[in-house]
Amino acid sequence: MALITTTKGDMDESLLVKKEGTVDNDIELTTWVEYWLDDELVHRSAHVTLKTSPFMDLIAASLA
Amino acid sequence: MANTQSMCTSFLGELLSATHNFSSANPAHTANTADTFKAALYFTTATINAATTAYTATGEVTGTNYTAGGVTVTNATNPTSTNSSATAGVGYWTPSASIVYSTVTISTAFDTVLLYNSTQSNKAVSVHTFGAQTITAGTFTLTMPSNTTSTALLRLSTT
Repeated sequence: MALITTTKGDMDESLLVKKEGTVDNDIELTTWVEYWLDDELVHRSAHVTLKTSPFMDLIAASLA
Repeated sequence: MANTQSMCTSFLGELLSATHNFSSANPAHTANTADTFKAALYFTTATINAATTAYTATGEVTGTNYTAGGVTVTNATNPTSTNSSATAGVGYWTPSASIVYSTVTISTAFDTVLLYNSTQSNKAVSVHTFGAQTITAGTFTLTMPSNTTSTALLRLSTT
Protein backbone atom coordinates (compact mmCIF):
# COMPACT_ATOMS: atom_id res chain seq x y z
CA MET A 1 0.00 0.00 0.00
CA ALA A 2 1.80 3.10 -1.26
CA LEU A 3 0.93 6.64 -0.32
CA ILE A 4 0.97 9.24 -3.07
CA THR A 5 1.46 12.94 -2.43
CA THR A 6 -1.50 14.71 -4.02
CA THR A 7 -3.22 18.05 -4.08
CA LYS A 8 -5.57 16.59 -1.51
CA GLY A 9 -2.84 15.30 0.80
CA ASP A 10 -1.35 11.84 0.91
CA MET A 11 -3.65 9.26 -0.67
CA ASP A 12 -3.52 5.52 -1.03
CA GLU A 13 -2.40 4.63 -4.55
CA SER A 14 -5.21 2.10 -4.84
CA LEU A 15 -7.76 4.93 -4.82
CA LEU A 16 -6.19 6.62 -7.84
CA VAL A 17 -5.86 5.98 -11.56
CA LYS A 18 -2.22 5.91 -12.64
CA LYS A 19 -1.04 7.08 -16.06
CA GLU A 20 2.56 6.96 -17.27
CA GLY A 21 4.41 8.12 -20.35
CA THR A 22 7.85 8.34 -21.92
CA VAL A 23 9.51 10.68 -24.39
CA ASP A 24 12.77 9.49 -25.90
CA ASN A 25 14.71 11.54 -28.44
CA ASP A 26 18.26 12.68 -29.13
CA ILE A 27 18.14 15.31 -26.41
CA GLU A 28 16.28 13.76 -23.52
CA LEU A 29 14.69 10.70 -22.00
CA THR A 30 11.67 11.82 -20.08
CA THR A 31 9.30 9.75 -17.99
CA TRP A 32 6.24 11.11 -16.29
CA VAL A 33 3.61 9.72 -13.98
CA GLU A 34 0.16 11.08 -13.23
CA TYR A 35 -2.43 10.09 -10.65
CA TRP A 36 -6.05 10.95 -11.25
CA LEU A 37 -8.95 11.00 -8.82
CA ASP A 38 -12.04 10.68 -10.96
CA ASP A 39 -11.48 13.39 -13.58
CA GLU A 40 -9.08 15.48 -11.50
CA LEU A 41 -5.30 15.41 -11.83
CA VAL A 42 -3.98 15.24 -8.28
CA HIS A 43 -0.34 14.36 -8.86
CA ARG A 44 2.13 14.70 -11.70
CA SER A 45 5.88 14.13 -11.53
CA ALA A 46 8.41 14.14 -14.33
CA HIS A 47 11.98 12.95 -14.67
CA VAL A 48 14.01 14.42 -17.52
CA THR A 49 17.38 12.84 -18.28
CA LEU A 50 19.46 15.10 -20.50
CA LYS A 51 21.42 12.89 -22.88
CA THR A 52 23.73 15.57 -24.17
CA SER A 53 23.84 19.23 -25.05
CA PRO A 54 24.54 19.25 -28.76
CA PHE A 55 24.90 22.99 -29.03
CA MET A 56 27.35 23.43 -26.21
CA ASP A 57 30.58 23.08 -28.12
CA LEU A 58 32.84 26.02 -28.64
CA ILE A 59 34.95 25.41 -31.69
CA ALA A 60 38.09 27.45 -31.42
CA ALA A 61 39.53 29.11 -34.45
CA SER A 62 43.10 28.30 -35.22
CA LEU A 63 45.65 30.83 -34.14
CA ALA A 64 47.58 32.35 -37.01
CA MET B 1 8.71 34.09 -27.69
CA ALA B 2 10.58 30.91 -26.96
CA ASN B 3 13.57 29.63 -25.11
CA THR B 4 16.61 28.42 -27.00
CA GLN B 5 19.26 26.02 -25.80
CA SER B 6 22.69 27.57 -25.84
CA MET B 7 25.79 28.42 -23.96
CA CYS B 8 25.33 32.06 -22.98
CA THR B 9 27.44 34.40 -25.08
CA SER B 10 28.46 36.52 -22.11
CA PHE B 11 29.70 33.37 -20.38
CA LEU B 12 32.19 32.74 -23.17
CA GLY B 13 33.89 36.07 -22.62
CA GLU B 14 33.70 35.74 -18.86
CA LEU B 15 35.64 32.50 -19.05
CA LEU B 16 38.63 34.44 -20.31
CA SER B 17 38.44 36.86 -17.41
CA ALA B 18 38.21 34.04 -14.85
CA THR B 19 34.78 35.22 -13.75
CA HIS B 20 33.50 31.69 -13.21
CA ASN B 21 35.14 29.09 -11.06
CA PHE B 22 33.72 25.59 -11.36
CA SER B 23 36.66 23.97 -9.59
CA SER B 24 37.51 23.56 -5.93
CA ALA B 25 41.12 23.08 -7.00
CA ASN B 26 41.32 26.33 -8.94
CA PRO B 27 42.60 29.35 -7.02
CA ALA B 28 40.96 31.91 -9.35
CA HIS B 29 38.82 33.19 -6.50
CA THR B 30 38.68 31.91 -2.95
CA ALA B 31 41.27 29.19 -2.54
CA ASN B 32 39.86 25.68 -2.89
CA THR B 33 36.28 26.90 -3.15
CA ALA B 34 34.20 26.65 -6.29
CA ASP B 35 31.54 29.23 -7.03
CA THR B 36 27.93 28.30 -6.30
CA PHE B 37 25.84 27.57 -9.35
CA LYS B 38 22.06 27.48 -9.37
CA ALA B 39 19.36 26.23 -11.71
CA ALA B 40 16.17 28.19 -12.38
CA LEU B 41 13.18 26.98 -14.41
CA TYR B 42 11.36 29.06 -17.06
CA PHE B 43 7.95 28.96 -18.64
CA THR B 44 7.69 28.03 -22.31
CA THR B 45 6.64 31.62 -22.97
CA ALA B 46 9.90 33.09 -21.63
CA THR B 47 12.81 34.25 -23.75
CA ILE B 48 15.93 32.67 -22.32
CA ASN B 49 18.74 32.14 -24.81
CA ALA B 50 22.35 32.93 -25.74
CA ALA B 51 21.70 36.62 -25.15
CA THR B 52 20.79 36.04 -21.50
CA THR B 53 23.56 37.54 -19.39
CA ALA B 54 22.26 36.87 -15.88
CA TYR B 55 19.50 35.21 -13.93
CA THR B 56 16.19 36.98 -14.33
CA ALA B 57 12.89 36.53 -12.58
CA THR B 58 11.09 37.48 -15.78
CA GLY B 59 9.51 34.37 -17.19
CA GLU B 60 10.66 32.22 -14.28
CA VAL B 61 8.18 29.64 -13.11
CA THR B 62 6.08 30.25 -10.05
CA GLY B 63 4.24 27.72 -8.00
CA THR B 64 3.84 25.96 -4.71
CA ASN B 65 7.20 25.17 -3.07
CA TYR B 66 9.20 26.60 -5.96
CA THR B 67 11.61 29.23 -4.67
CA ALA B 68 12.52 32.09 -7.00
CA GLY B 69 16.06 31.55 -8.22
CA GLY B 70 15.69 27.80 -8.27
CA VAL B 71 17.94 25.33 -6.51
CA THR B 72 21.67 24.97 -5.95
CA VAL B 73 23.51 22.70 -8.34
CA THR B 74 25.63 19.97 -6.77
CA ASN B 75 29.22 20.41 -7.91
CA ALA B 76 31.48 17.74 -6.48
CA THR B 77 33.42 17.01 -9.66
CA ASN B 78 35.93 19.51 -10.94
CA PRO B 79 36.15 20.29 -14.66
CA THR B 80 38.31 17.95 -16.71
CA SER B 81 40.26 18.39 -19.91
CA THR B 82 41.83 15.97 -22.31
CA ASN B 83 42.89 15.77 -25.92
CA SER B 84 42.89 13.16 -28.62
CA SER B 85 45.60 14.94 -30.59
CA ALA B 86 47.76 18.03 -30.34
CA THR B 87 45.01 20.12 -31.89
CA ALA B 88 41.85 18.39 -30.68
CA GLY B 89 41.18 19.02 -27.03
CA VAL B 90 38.10 19.31 -24.89
CA GLY B 91 37.36 20.68 -21.46
CA TYR B 92 34.12 19.58 -19.84
CA TRP B 93 32.02 19.74 -16.71
CA THR B 94 28.73 18.31 -15.54
CA PRO B 95 26.90 18.78 -12.24
CA SER B 96 27.60 15.77 -10.06
CA ALA B 97 23.99 15.08 -9.10
CA SER B 98 20.52 15.44 -10.51
CA ILE B 99 18.79 18.78 -10.11
CA VAL B 100 15.63 18.15 -8.10
CA TYR B 101 12.60 20.33 -7.35
CA SER B 102 10.67 18.46 -4.69
CA THR B 103 6.95 18.51 -3.98
CA VAL B 104 6.20 21.42 -6.24
CA THR B 105 3.16 22.46 -8.19
CA ILE B 106 3.94 24.33 -11.41
CA SER B 107 0.70 24.45 -13.35
CA THR B 108 1.88 26.40 -16.39
CA ALA B 109 4.12 24.63 -18.89
CA PHE B 110 7.86 25.10 -18.57
CA ASP B 111 10.66 23.81 -20.77
CA THR B 112 13.92 25.43 -19.76
CA VAL B 113 16.52 25.49 -17.04
CA LEU B 114 19.04 28.32 -16.76
CA LEU B 115 22.33 27.57 -15.05
CA TYR B 116 23.87 30.63 -13.46
CA ASN B 117 26.61 31.61 -11.06
CA SER B 118 25.07 32.92 -7.86
CA THR B 119 28.50 33.72 -6.43
CA GLN B 120 29.28 36.07 -9.31
CA SER B 121 26.27 38.38 -9.45
CA ASN B 122 24.04 35.65 -10.91
CA LYS B 123 25.87 35.70 -14.22
CA ALA B 124 24.37 33.30 -16.77
CA VAL B 125 26.17 30.13 -17.85
CA SER B 126 23.96 28.08 -20.14
CA VAL B 127 20.40 27.41 -21.23
CA HIS B 128 19.04 23.88 -21.54
CA THR B 129 15.66 23.05 -23.01
CA PHE B 130 13.48 19.94 -22.86
CA GLY B 131 9.95 18.92 -23.65
CA ALA B 132 7.32 21.08 -21.93
CA GLN B 133 6.26 19.88 -18.49
CA THR B 134 3.87 20.69 -15.71
CA ILE B 135 4.13 19.34 -12.19
CA THR B 136 1.26 18.76 -9.77
CA ALA B 137 2.14 18.05 -6.12
CA GLY B 138 5.09 16.13 -7.47
CA THR B 139 8.80 16.18 -8.10
CA PHE B 140 10.65 17.43 -11.15
CA THR B 141 14.01 15.79 -11.61
CA LEU B 142 16.65 16.77 -14.15
CA THR B 143 19.24 14.05 -14.46
CA MET B 144 22.51 15.11 -16.02
CA PRO B 145 24.14 13.51 -19.03
CA SER B 146 27.26 11.42 -18.54
CA ASN B 147 30.30 13.53 -17.77
CA THR B 148 32.32 12.59 -20.84
CA THR B 149 34.07 14.44 -23.63
CA SER B 150 31.10 13.93 -25.94
CA THR B 151 28.12 14.23 -23.62
CA ALA B 152 29.03 16.48 -20.68
CA LEU B 153 26.67 19.36 -19.97
CA LEU B 154 29.29 22.01 -20.71
CA ARG B 155 31.99 21.31 -23.26
CA LEU B 156 34.64 23.58 -24.72
CA SER B 157 36.48 22.00 -27.57
CA THR B 158 39.00 22.62 -30.29
CA THR B 159 39.23 20.77 -33.55
